[in-house]
Amino acid sequence: MIRLPFVLFFAALLFSAGVYGVLARRNAVMVLMAIELMLNAVNVNLVAFGSQLQDVTGQIFALFVIAVAAAEVGIGLAIVILLYRNRESINVDEVNLLKW
Amino acid sequence: MSAQEYAFVVLAVVGSVSAISVVLARNVVHAALYLVITLLSVGGVYLLLGAEFVAWVQILIYVGAIVILFLFGLMLTKAPIGRDMLDNQNRWIGGIVGFGVFLGLVFLIQDAFRVQDSVAASTFRTTTADVGVSLFRDYVLPFEAVSFLLLAALIGAVVLARKDAEAK
Repeated sequence: MIRLPFVLFFAALLFSAGVYGVLARRNAVMVLMAIELMLNAVNVNLVAFGSQLQDVTGQIFALFVIAVAAAEVGIGLAIVILLYRNRESINVDEVNLLKW
Repeated sequence: MSAQEYAFVVLAVVGSVSAISVVLARNVVHAALYLVITLLSVGGVYLLLGAEFVAWVQILIYVGAIVILFLFGLMLTKAPIGRDMLDNQNRWIGGIVGFGVFLGLVFLIQDAFRVQDSVAASTFRTTTADVGVSLFRDYVLPFEAVSFLLLAALIGAVVLARKDAEAK
C-alpha cells in the first residue's frame, strides 16, 4: 500500500499549481481550470485519508466535491460566455466595474 | 517500496508535470489537454488507493464532462495565444506565492506525518456497494441537497447563457 505522506505531497503540488494559475492567469477559462486543479488536490487528500483510516466517508465527501465542482464549472462558463458577449473579452483584469 | 508505490510515483510524476504544464501553457487548448492527463493520473491514484467508484466517477465527470465544457467555453470565446495575452502582471508574485504555499505544505506534512516513520496501511478495498450503502444510509440528506444544487446550477446556467430576445 502507498504511504500517506507521498500522496499528500502530490496533492500539495497540485494545489500549489492551482494557486499559481489562479493568481497569474488573465483568461477566465484558465482561472477556472486552475480552480479545478485545487479541487482535485482536496479530493486526493480526502480519498487518501479515507484509505489510511479504513473509512468510506472520505470517498463520499470526494463525490460531493466532484458534484459541486461540476455545478461550479457550469455556472462559471455561463458567466464567462455572458461576459464575452458583453465585453468582447474574458480577461479577468479588465472586468473592473465593481472595483473600489 | 511496494509495487503499488512504484506505480504511484509514476502516476504522480506524470500528473505533477502536466499540472504544472496546465498553468504554464501558452496555448489554451494545450492547457485543456494537459488537464485531461492530470485528471486521468489522479483517477489512477484513486484506483491505487482502492477507491474504485470515485476513480470511475472522476473519469466520467471530469474527463468526460468538465473538460468538454472547458473546450466549448474556449471555442465560444476567442482564445488568445501567447504568454502575455494569457498571464497578467502578477505572474512573479503568483509564482512566489504558489511556491511558498508548496514549501509550507511540504513542511507541515513532513512535520505531521514523517516519511521515515510512516507505515503503509493494509490495502483498503471498497466496492461500489460499500459506497452506495454509506451514501444512501448515512448521507441521504446531503445527497438530496447536492441534487437540488445541480438542478439550480442547470437552470441558472441556461438562464445566464440564453440570449435576451427583448433586449435587442
